[in-house]
Amino acid sequence: MKLVPRQNVSPLWVFSVYAAAVAGALFLSLVLLALYGVPLGRALAAIYQGALADPRGFAEVLRRTVPLALAGAGLALAFRAQFWNIGAEGQLLIGAVAASGVALFWPLPGGWVLLAMALAAFLAAGLWAVLPALLKATLAVNDVITTLMLNYMAIYLVEWLIHGPWRGKSLFGFAYSEKFPENAWLPLWPGTGLAWPGLLLAVVVAALFAWLLYRTTLGFEARVVGENPEAARYAGVRAAQTLLWIALFSGGAAGLAGFVEVAGHHHRLLAPLQISLGYGYTAIIVAWLGRNNPLAALFTGLLLGFVFAAGDVAKVVLQVPFQLVGAANGLILFALIAAEVLIRYRVQWGWGRA
Amino acid sequence: MLEDWLVTTLARGLAFAAPLLIAALGELVAERSGVINLGVEGMMILGALFGFIAADMSGNSWLGVLAAAGVGALAALLHAFFAVTLRANQYVSGLALTMVGLGLSGLWGKPFAGKPLAHPLSKLDLPGLSALPVLGPGLFSGQSPLVYLGLVFAVLLWVYLYHTKGGVTLRSVGENPAAADALGVNVYLVRYLAVVFGGAMAGVAGAYLSLAYRPTWTEGMTAGMGWIALAIVIFAAWDPLRAVLAAWLFGAFYHLAFRWQAYLAPEFLKMMPYAFTVLFLVLSAWAKSVRMSAPEALGRPYVRGERE
Amino acid sequence: MEGAEASSLCQGRPPFLSVRNLVKRYPGVVANDHVNLDVCPGEVHALLGENGAGKSTLVSIFYGLVEPDAGEIYVEGRRVRIRSPKEALSLGIGLVPQHFLLVKKHTVAENVVLGLESAPFWRPAAAIAPKIRELGERYGLPVDPEARVWQLSAGEQQRVEILKVLFRNVRLLILDEPTSVLTPQEAEGLFEVMRRMKAEGHAVIFITHKLEEVMRVADRVTVLRRGRVVATLPVAEADKATLARLMVGESLPEVRVEKKRAPGRPFFFVEDLWVRGDRGQFAVKDVSFEIREGEIVGVAGVAGNGQSELIEALTGLRRPARGWIRLDEQDLTKKDARAFFEAGVAHVPEDRTHRGVVGPLSVAENLVLKHYRYPPFSRRGVLVFPAIERFALESVKRYRIQTPTIKTPIRLLSGGNIQKVILARELYGGPRLLVAAHPTYGLDVGAARQVHAHLVAERERGAGVLLVSEDLEEILALSDRILVIFEGRIVAALRPEEASMERLGLLMAGVAA
Repeated sequence: MKLVPRQNVSPLWVFSVYAAAVAGALFLSLVLLALYGVPLGRALAAIYQGALADPRGFAEVLRRTVPLALAGAGLALAFRAQFWNIGAEGQLLIGAVAASGVALFWPLPGGWVLLAMALAAFLAAGLWAVLPALLKATLAVNDVITTLMLNYMAIYLVEWLIHGPWRGKSLFGFAYSEKFPENAWLPLWPGTGLAWPGLLLAVVVAALFAWLLYRTTLGFEARVVGENPEAARYAGVRAAQTLLWIALFSGGAAGLAGFVEVAGHHHRLLAPLQISLGYGYTAIIVAWLGRNNPLAALFTGLLLGFVFAAGDVAKVVLQVPFQLVGAANGLILFALIAAEVLIRYRVQWGWGRA
Repeated sequence: MLEDWLVTTLARGLAFAAPLLIAALGELVAERSGVINLGVEGMMILGALFGFIAADMSGNSWLGVLAAAGVGALAALLHAFFAVTLRANQYVSGLALTMVGLGLSGLWGKPFAGKPLAHPLSKLDLPGLSALPVLGPGLFSGQSPLVYLGLVFAVLLWVYLYHTKGGVTLRSVGENPAAADALGVNVYLVRYLAVVFGGAMAGVAGAYLSLAYRPTWTEGMTAGMGWIALAIVIFAAWDPLRAVLAAWLFGAFYHLAFRWQAYLAPEFLKMMPYAFTVLFLVLSAWAKSVRMSAPEALGRPYVRGERE
Repeated sequence: MEGAEASSLCQGRPPFLSVRNLVKRYPGVVANDHVNLDVCPGEVHALLGENGAGKSTLVSIFYGLVEPDAGEIYVEGRRVRIRSPKEALSLGIGLVPQHFLLVKKHTVAENVVLGLESAPFWRPAAAIAPKIRELGERYGLPVDPEARVWQLSAGEQQRVEILKVLFRNVRLLILDEPTSVLTPQEAEGLFEVMRRMKAEGHAVIFITHKLEEVMRVADRVTVLRRGRVVATLPVAEADKATLARLMVGESLPEVRVEKKRAPGRPFFFVEDLWVRGDRGQFAVKDVSFEIREGEIVGVAGVAGNGQSELIEALTGLRRPARGWIRLDEQDLTKKDARAFFEAGVAHVPEDRTHRGVVGPLSVAENLVLKHYRYPPFSRRGVLVFPAIERFALESVKRYRIQTPTIKTPIRLLSGGNIQKVILARELYGGPRLLVAAHPTYGLDVGAARQVHAHLVAERERGAGVLLVSEDLEEILALSDRILVIFEGRIVAALRPEEASMERLGLLMAGVAA
């Protein structure tokens, strides 16, 4: 089998290949579902009912889309600059912590508290991402591992807070912080569980990041650094500064996702696994599927939000463990990189050396 | 008192280091051939699960180890296909593998959650050596045979890398695949073999967890050890003997932190391994010699005739 | 195979390698166009042609790195397909590449042993060390088997490449532009090695674009132009003028450089500069010189004598360990690339595709790669696209850059056009100093002429130009002053009138002259 580079790649081809790849991965996930013992017809019906047909169900899809799109837009920015931010999960949690801190201990009047929470979440999570970026910029420390390690540390930080200093009345044996005052709650779309300001925020952030990437000098520098660090240095781009700003924005976006989760849905700080169902990791796929275009994260976030909602349905209605979603995510990612190859190369079958 | 403390630090350090070492040795071989496999965590947990299942069903833990190696190798084969044949982005392929591994193991492991293993790998005391003062109980008794297997492997690997023709080939493929290709070496085959070997080792490392260290199956029981193993490869400057030292250092630090339980909240304790990993990486980055030891072609797909 | 022809060709023996009607196409160009070639055992056969004539492609085919689209290859009369280097080696064909394929971290012995079937499994490097010494002796290629390749000079590294090939019992050795990294004296040593190979019965293909070398050492020469074989003749029947004409197609007028103004006052000062290389050793030692306005200073030297490090220090890409760099009153010594750029230092880099441009980005984006930060191309952090587009269109017109659009990714452009983009960018705004590193490397004559014209135009404008090149003709033609660098030191400063190719060659080799 030989791979021959393609000369002209039409956008139609790119789209088709990506669509086929995602479809293939989803199909494989359904196979997994079937292997688990669930009849496919029933599964598809249940998913359709639960996630698409029912307006409440669709609101759930949108609800999942918000953190995915927010974190995904941030990751698109990071990946463009070749900052391998695998730490969106942790940044999201840190954002949740900061927002909770403000809500619980800084009782501002009216809507100001929400603004303060969002800002705090953005900054705290941004700094959580800046640290590994700093290590990378100054010492060339591997960013995949450091961002990942910070995920675990964030998880235990939250655990410590809800079991320790911020412990509230426990409900059903689970540890939570106290409930936030009501002006620290994001309003919900009537009849659903969707905090609609979060959706708005996601759209604004995605648009902002796209503008940043393509229309500002910072975005230009990020793209240059990401494509060719050596040329970036030659061009006088101060890569370290660029990296740190990108990290701030990238982490900050994930932090905003954390803010939306605690302010919009839970109204308290709770166990990490309940705040984020792996949004940070799935956001990697959101970004990649959108070819690292922040605006595209809105749409790919929607797709993955649907996958999450489907997983929810599968868990509740079909008794399939939620981990299926994790496996599905991995399959989609594999499909994506296979798609990249198909887009860039033509496959020639036949004998001869690969 | 001091003696007690020393003995337990040595022993527990070694026990904790074993899965890290085995996984690190495997990844070291893969990276020496130029391919980085971020799927170690996924391969480890699959190894832990399937090792457990095989051991549980057959009653023989060693069969479990074998099964784990097989599963790890299979998973790695997938990564090798993407990374070597399809020349896809190695980082993403590895990440995808970890996601799939964690997801599948969570999915298929549900029926076995918390189930204790009937016949775990028995611990042994090395004859003669275990009678030594301090070092005896510290290093040579009460350990699983997999611990010593790991150490033996490290030595064998070191000999292979630096004193045999195969070692020269492996190292050259990772440094300058074009040079190896021009001399007739099958770069693709070497990389496939290296990556699959890495996968098998990761699987065995996982099996150690579910068959020896804590003979049961729990979801997510690798708790990030695969990532720590990756960091150990860097800290060890891609050298098998230094990997032994690095892994043991890590295990010892972790155990020491454990001893400070009285002074710290348990959650901070749990943070320790991850904080240590970051520390290790920072120290490695500081040491210029480590930076220069990385295989030059690491992470870059090889295409014949393509100029860099 | 035409028997009668063959017997007269190689003095009765069959040719070792023959190709008939070989064709290889790449997108947009026919690299090899129905090439016919015979190489006899015991002969040194030169393959002569300009950059882009198709020599490298032919070599890649002979060595199994690429396969031809059409045509036949015969080795010792048998029709063969060479699908990989492994097959080439098994047929007895070996390659000493122009850009060495060596593992720098490994020892010489480890490099030779790689893939060597006859070497033992256990401790192979130690086992073959004696034979390395023996072969080294026999062919005049002394080298220490235990030395690490990164410690060796370019000439010594080439010896390792040749030894690698000799170890594998090759009957045909292909040397691709072997003298590009050697001083004239080292090249002579290489020619001696080739003569010995000839004597041992090997066939040698020797690729070059230098007429002098062809006359010196080859038995027969095949001239390639634009992918076609223009002629094959015995060297005894050829002279340099004829070969030059065959190579280029028509006799081009001599390079004439019109220099109207005299150099002005000095404005760029380098004092006692010491710069470390990648491995920690000093690559630049105690270098001092100055550049005047309106002058071209040429730096001659064999690759690897500190030029790259010097250039990097003078453009902010490498911090000097000791010494000073000043432009007028400004101290630039420890500053980064941006500071140098803002002070008026332009840099046309040696590695144009990897350092000088960002491949996937568009032509327009590459044109503002350094200027994007400043008005009119951006204001307060926001890019101003109309200004960028206008500049791009102007530059394309003025420098005659051939590109489908200004939004085309620059990696699709040819080397010559990429260089034009770089020039357009670097010359924008009128720099004080232009540092040009091997600016015409890999370019055809037409493109090279254009580059020269720009360099001279800058000189006439009053800028200083630092021209670092291995092309001695270029240096002699353009420079107002010539500096020779050897092992990190400036060993001579001459005027072009005082310099000759021979004298420069000796200086470049460290011989005081």
